[in-house]
Amino acid sequence: MTATEAPPAPNKIAWQVAQVEAVVTETSRVKSLVLQPAHWAGHRPGQHVDIRLTADDGYQAERSYSIASAPEDKLLTLTVERVDDGEVSPYLLDELRVGDPLEFRGPIGGHFVWTRGLGGPICLIAGGTGITPLMAMLRHRERSPGGIPALLLYSARSLADVVYREELDATARRDNDFRLIYALTRQQPDHWTGHRGRIDKTLLADHCFPPAQNPMFYICGPTAFVENVSSLLVDLDFNPLSIKTERFGPSGG
Amino acid sequence: MAEVPVSRGFKSKRQTSEQGRLPPGQYRTTDFPILSAGPTPDIRVADWKLALQLGGSLVRAWTWDEFEALPQTTLNTDIHCVTKWTKLDTTWQGVSFDDLLKSAGLEKPPQAFVMAHCDGGYTTSVPVEDLIAGKAMIATRFDGVPLAPAHGGPARLLVPHLYFWKSAKWLRRIRFMPEAEPGFREARGYHIHGDPWREQRYDGD
Repeated sequence: MTATEAPPAPNKIAWQVAQVEAVVTETSRVKSLVLQPAHWAGHRPGQHVDIRLTADDGYQAERSYSIASAPEDKLLTLTVERVDDGEVSPYLLDELRVGDPLEFRGPIGGHFVWTRGLGGPICLIAGGTGITPLMAMLRHRERSPGGIPALLLYSARSLADVVYREELDATARRDNDFRLIYALTRQQPDHWTGHRGRIDKTLLADHCFPPAQNPMFYICGPTAFVENVSSLLVDLDFNPLSIKTERFGPSGG
Repeated sequence: MAEVPVSRGFKSKRQTSEQGRLPPGQYRTTDFPILSAGPTPDIRVADWKLALQLGGSLVRAWTWDEFEALPQTTLNTDIHCVTKWTKLDTTWQGVSFDDLLKSAGLEKPPQAFVMAHCDGGYTTSVPVEDLIAGKAMIATRFDGVPLAPAHGGPARLLVPHLYFWKSAKWLRRIRFMPEAEPGFREARGYHIHGDPWREQRYDGD
């Protein structure tokens, strides 16, 4: 570009209307919304969209939701957790019906992103519904050739709170390059042989790919969870620049 | 442009007391969410320095003790995160950008933009216009107590009238530059200026 040329005006990420194709109950507090966008140029796993609701008096509310589906999927899946006194999530979970229009724009975000070109190994660490953007990464990995080594450490209150459990278990059974560890913090089934309680330093040291393999970390969950896990990884001598975090609180949504 | 669909049965839960204080698309939160791209760095004030740079050369650097000795300003303000939360009535203490320039012996800003550089590699760019005349500070205390590391301590930039990603955590270096250059988020699809009242969230807004 020469000095006299103005830089091209960036295109606005335009609002568009999707149609709700399906509403999938994942757990007692979580549903997935499967959307058919009017046009969709694709996304990178880890990105999110903004959705916007409009009341009949013109009032509008916006929230961000992570994309759970792989870029290879034709439909766009968002996973939504109920915030009890929230303004938007109760509407999405209780009122929204198949066939309804839903306004959204995206994809948004360029840091907390993994695509197969980045290779592996990857350590994905989820707290609660922080699994959502990591699920998009795993689904993208599933559609990629040649086992990219991956670990998912997934902290949930109980087995009943694990989102996408059947799909994760099925992947773990057939894919030797994928390791799946659940940490159940509040309630464990009888004869539970997995981890009890929160993710701790020992669990990370035992299961993460060693620093010599230069694993990439993606951590998503509530603020305190992400703070804790990321500082433990730094203590374990993993490179801070290899640790990408996405934090969210249950506030307001 | 296509008509905006009404969300059947959707009603606002916004309080009347929030009227006029929430920018478009924002909602009020009473806690203090955290957003960072990576781990919280472990910064000791004994090792901390803040540098002011112009054209690649150092104008002035302050040690923690020197910085703490500068005139202190208190700012009561609302803050707005691009992830849609707004926190009303927050209280910050620190050194105003105006006082920082004075301490560096600069009568007026030498260039029109700055890049803020932080521990962990984060950067963000801000027009000087948005920093001067009491509009911004380098904050070291929140609600009267030292700023927690997760919230950017020991020192963060505070530019409360722009989206909060401009209020860079773990600030270490302020570099003047003649033109706007994208920082970390601005290079990843976020708006170069980031005015919440004009809903400048993303590139092109």
